[in-house]
Amino acid sequence: MLRIREQVASRIRDHGVETYPNECCGALLGSEKDGRRDVVDILALKNQRDDSPRNRFSITPEDVRDAEAAAQRSGLELLGWYHSHPDAPARPSEFDREHAWPWYSYVIVSVQSREPKDMNSWRLADDRESYSAEAIETVSPGGDA
Amino acid sequence: MAVKIMIPTPLRAYVEKKDSVELQAGTVGEALAALTSQFSELRKHLYADDGRLRSFVNVYLNDEDIRYLQKDKTQVNDGDTISIVPSIAGGATR
Repeated sequence: MLRIREQVASRIRDHGVETYPNECCGALLGSEKDGRRDVVDILALKNQRDDSPRNRFSITPEDVRDAEAAAQRSGLELLGWYHSHPDAPARPSEFDREHAWPWYSYVIVSVQSREPKDMNSWRLADDRESYSAEAIETVSPGGDA
Repeated sequence: MAVKIMIPTPLRAYVEKKDSVELQAGTVGEALAALTSQFSELRKHLYADDGRLRSFVNVYLNDEDIRYLQKDKTQVNDGDTISIVPSIAGGATR
């Protein structure tokens, strides 16, 4: 279960619209307790794939380290990553699978003709062969997230 | 040489939940080989089937990317720290 504050979910969708028709990307910051993850903030990052930004994204190791440091400064964990699929479904591609690690939550938002649509979260299996869907619950401010 | 390998959070499940592992090695390649020999489940998350480091896996020796040193043949010294840092990549199928 991945709980995302409504305001944070909106920022992910907005980022996908802002960079459309290119892919957006960023880090998910929050906490994990008893198998439940709460995303309370994001860190929008620059898609470094200048050659094919409409169907690829890349976050440099330097940006990964900066995201980890930002999470630590806020007393949060780096729980995973989000990116958009412009005019494509919110499910991981083979390319996504080849470039993933287990444990991280990978949130994908589909943006169709500049309109945000489905948003799903995925976790890679230990054997690297498949993803499993991770249920997303959006919570409004004042909820117990 | 005694070196410390920092384990990123997603991979700690494969190293008995440790955040670092200390071991003896002469080069970065030997250190990673010793690590994945000791914790075999870790190997597939670092290396592709052809035995090369996965393209999104980056290795640093004391904050220097080993690609700009002597790669896996980079020599290590007592007290050195090796870090494993992913780059994050993906994208839609099209």
